[in-house]
Amino acid sequence: MAEEKKIKKPRGIAKLIEGKCIACGARCQSACNKANAIEMNENGEPIIDASKCIGCRKCVKICPAEAIEMYFTPEEQKILDELAAQKTEAAEPETEDLTAEEIEALVKLKAYKGVWVFVEQTEGQPAEVSWELLGTGAELAASLSVELCSVVIGQDVELLCAESFSYGASKVYLMDDPIFKYYRTEPYYKAIHYLIEKYKPEIVLFGATGLGRDLAGAVATKLETGLTADCTGLAIDENGCLLQTRPAFGGNIMATILTERTRPQMSTVRPYVMPMPEKNDTGTGEIIRESMNANEEDFTTKVLEIIRDSKSAETVDVATAQVLVSGGRGMCGAENFQILQELADEIGGVVACSRAVVEAGWMPQERQVGQTGKTVRPNIYIACGISGAIQHLVGMQESDVIIAINQDPKAPIFEVATYGIVGNAMKVIPLITERIRELRAKKAVGG
Amino acid sequence: MNIVVCIKQVPSTTEVKINSETNTLVREGVESIINPFDTYAIEEGVRLKERFGGKVTILTMGPPQADIALKECIEVGADEGILVSDRAFAGSDTLATSYVLSKAIEKIGDYDLVISGKQTMDGDTGQVGPGIAQRLGIPFVAYVSRVDDISDGKMKAERMIDEGHEVVEAPVPCVMSVSKEINVPRLPSLRGKMKAKSAQLTVWSAQDLGIEDNKVGLAGSPTFVMQIFSPKRERQSEMLEGSSAEQVSALCDKLSEMKVV
Repeated sequence: MAEEKKIKKPRGIAKLIEGKCIACGARCQSACNKANAIEMNENGEPIIDASKCIGCRKCVKICPAEAIEMYFTPEEQKILDELAAQKTEAAEPETEDLTAEEIEALVKLKAYKGVWVFVEQTEGQPAEVSWELLGTGAELAASLSVELCSVVIGQDVELLCAESFSYGASKVYLMDDPIFKYYRTEPYYKAIHYLIEKYKPEIVLFGATGLGRDLAGAVATKLETGLTADCTGLAIDENGCLLQTRPAFGGNIMATILTERTRPQMSTVRPYVMPMPEKNDTGTGEIIRESMNANEEDFTTKVLEIIRDSKSAETVDVATAQVLVSGGRGMCGAENFQILQELADEIGGVVACSRAVVEAGWMPQERQVGQTGKTVRPNIYIACGISGAIQHLVGMQESDVIIAINQDPKAPIFEVATYGIVGNAMKVIPLITERIRELRAKKAVGG
Repeated sequence: MNIVVCIKQVPSTTEVKINSETNTLVREGVESIINPFDTYAIEEGVRLKERFGGKVTILTMGPPQADIALKECIEVGADEGILVSDRAFAGSDTLATSYVLSKAIEKIGDYDLVISGKQTMDGDTGQVGPGIAQRLGIPFVAYVSRVDDISDGKMKAERMIDEGHEVVEAPVPCVMSVSKEINVPRLPSLRGKMKAKSAQLTVWSAQDLGIEDNKVGLAGSPTFVMQIFSPKRERQSEMLEGSSAEQVSALCDKLSEMKVV
């Protein structure tokens, strides 16, 4: 692991200074033979395509009239100023010349444009995380001033294109074919690989679901590019690179990871880590229909049957609940979870728990919140007798309001809590339930 | 049937801290164990050998001391252990790791099934399994929870998906990752322990595998850790004071404001 943050010197882009060009005969254009960012107008003056310029300064150097200069955005200028201030003693050379290989590498990276989100679906049902990723993708696309696109693969899945537009995509790459009826790693990774090779996006995001991790792993290996799992933060740095922040070592440490030399930059993000964007039903965009030269016979893996878990009244989904009443080791035993259920019933919530509770056999694993359980972001999370081990905190700290009740005033759960009560949860919770009932009764009378 | 099981030695705890002065990881005194998710892969390999005959070869990439992990696998029924170890591999990310492991599997040559755990406890990515399958050019089946049958060059299995289960058929050879629902790993037997003691492990270097330098280690890893830091807590906390009744009353007022009540 690298330990220090390395600030890279921005290279900037070339810009023509108005009125200084002497139309020398397109020397700048001939110097720009790798990036091909310069075209000449009828007066023999250069037109520089900023989206292609790699900042190699060759045109600046060759210009006999000093008519081209490097342009930096205010943010880039700030970094330059800071770097200059740091390096007063050791006078460094202005900007190092790029080698032929470096120029080639930069030109290659520049060819990749746009942010893509893979829209995951099973039998036509989209995974909600896809829309959360479009929300995040929109921010990334805006900071890069590029398009936000989604990739829809399946059979009879065209409806998901319209849904992609309503969540912010302006373009959808659609591959609709019976070979994609069920998810299988091989046809799916080949399809995405085909699209990426053809359209060259700079960023591709997947949900960190079972399917998404499997698929992204295969695609990244095929492309020999970087893939960062379970990102909790995504942003663009001053060089236009994707900063991927993820928890490591069970959340004890956060790491920021870059994919500098290869494209696309690929990440997976867990469900409910990013907020759901607002849906805009009037959103529209362009659908690009694509097909791959492949037949069912090319794929030897067959899905024989999908057995969905029955969603009976008994099954609960802690990940989607808006209010969670969650118990930890401090609840002392399975029988005391009834106390939590009563409060949950009163405020329309669902009972969840920590890992210790599952390990003790007090609650089933499907209720577990944390690194090895579900990641949740409800409106209200009530932590009862949960000390707040880091592996639990990473699964719930994005909740809007966190209420913590614990006997130990030094418990780490209080560091993330909005409101904290030091006390025995088994005594405090019934009081809360009772008080809420009283308030309800009062309201009913008053109203 | 020849089965290759890929495992990883990981720190026994995730309680790792950062030395705030040097900004480096403090890892002293942390014991190493077999990645818990891999124990199900080892057990499944041994069970399939018991059902269909053949041999279980354990493969790991790591420092020389990872040989202990291989011996532990032999204690629970594996036949052979191969350690792929070379200074050149240090700093490899999941892409470089899948490259090294696939080169080792190619060198093993005669295999019908490659099994891995669903992910590691330290890296938590689950990316190496599909990477190996892609490089070997054979199918990958993720999160297998039951192997029904392997016959006529085909494996029928049940795997976990987010919505429930799925019954799949895949040709062998293939790569599969197993979920922990698949079995309960056995404890070492006395016979296994004796066998492990005298077992000769194979060690392969980068050169033995014909590894290209620029595809491993930092040079072969497209992802690059730019910065590590301790997680920040930005929430403003308010402790509710007073007697239990006062605390509860104050909290319920807050809940009222939030329109929960």
